[in-house]
Amino acid sequence: MALLTLLAVVTLAIVRQRSLFGVVVLFGIYSFLMASVMIVLDAVDVAMTEASVGAGVSTVLLLAALHLIKTIEMRQSRPRPLPLLLSVVTGGALVWGALALPPFGVPDSPIHQHVAPRYLQKSIEETGVPNVVTAVLADYRAFDTLGEATVIFTGGIGAVLLLRRSRRDAAAREERSR
Amino acid sequence: MSLDLILRVGTKLILPFIMLFALYVQFHGDYGPGGGFQAGVISAGSVILLAITFGLGRAKRIAPPAIVDRMVPLGVLIFAGAGVVGLLRGRNYLDYAVFHRDPVHGHEWGILIVEAGVLVTVAGTMIALFYAFVERGR
Repeated sequence: MALLTLLAVVTLAIVRQRSLFGVVVLFGIYSFLMASVMIVLDAVDVAMTEASVGAGVSTVLLLAALHLIKTIEMRQSRPRPLPLLLSVVTGGALVWGALALPPFGVPDSPIHQHVAPRYLQKSIEETGVPNVVTAVLADYRAFDTLGEATVIFTGGIGAVLLLRRSRRDAAAREERSR
Repeated sequence: MSLDLILRVGTKLILPFIMLFALYVQFHGDYGPGGGFQAGVISAGSVILLAITFGLGRAKRIAPPAIVDRMVPLGVLIFAGAGVVGLLRGRNYLDYAVFHRDPVHGHEWGILIVEAGVLVTVAGTMIALFYAFVERGR
């Protein structure tokens, strides 16, 4: 509960913050808080990912982006009613939907009835891997993980191609600076 | 300047442990938390830390851009190729039982290969992204 309250406080601080550098630092704090929430929920693998990607690499990339756009202050924008209304309605719908979910950690909720018991009981004798998360990710759900790897590949290649200057571009800059 | 000195010495002290921890997360992922994705991000983080404190040149000496660029598709190819082995041996795609006579051992090998593929792609993508950002800013 304390963690969730802190999360809400940090979120409000991000919204109120005008200095973009401060926003990046607060994003890092948010990611570490989220990782702590994941640890409380016993999802250690997810917590590790959140801490390394959310607080580590993306902080560095956001700082690099700040360096690229060469602004550290956000312009004061007028409050616009339509986007606010849209996000309040979407958030309300999400909360309303979450109310119908089964209570947290109840063993007879549908998600614990389907394939999860089989994974938990059979994973060691079928794959020989004690960490069931690894067994599910890399073996039972290997197709999904292959898809994820492809997503990372596609996203990375796309971003790198967008950021990298072409050889002709670089030559033209060289020409102009001379 | 003195702060710089602390940063440099601290980075030098901590870097080998970060790289070792990445390997631990990679190969101990079968037993504890972690796996290819986390290990890839941590190893990319060690290269990024080196670049931040010692400059891009030092980082490019241990992770040359030509190799990093090739790592991005190579990992996906390792992953997809591990599946094709199953097809060639007359089994289903991504059936790990083909990697060893004992099917359970085959699954362990399969998981190891697939995680290695994920590590290569993730580490390559993160470092390539960082290089692209930094070079754009010059």
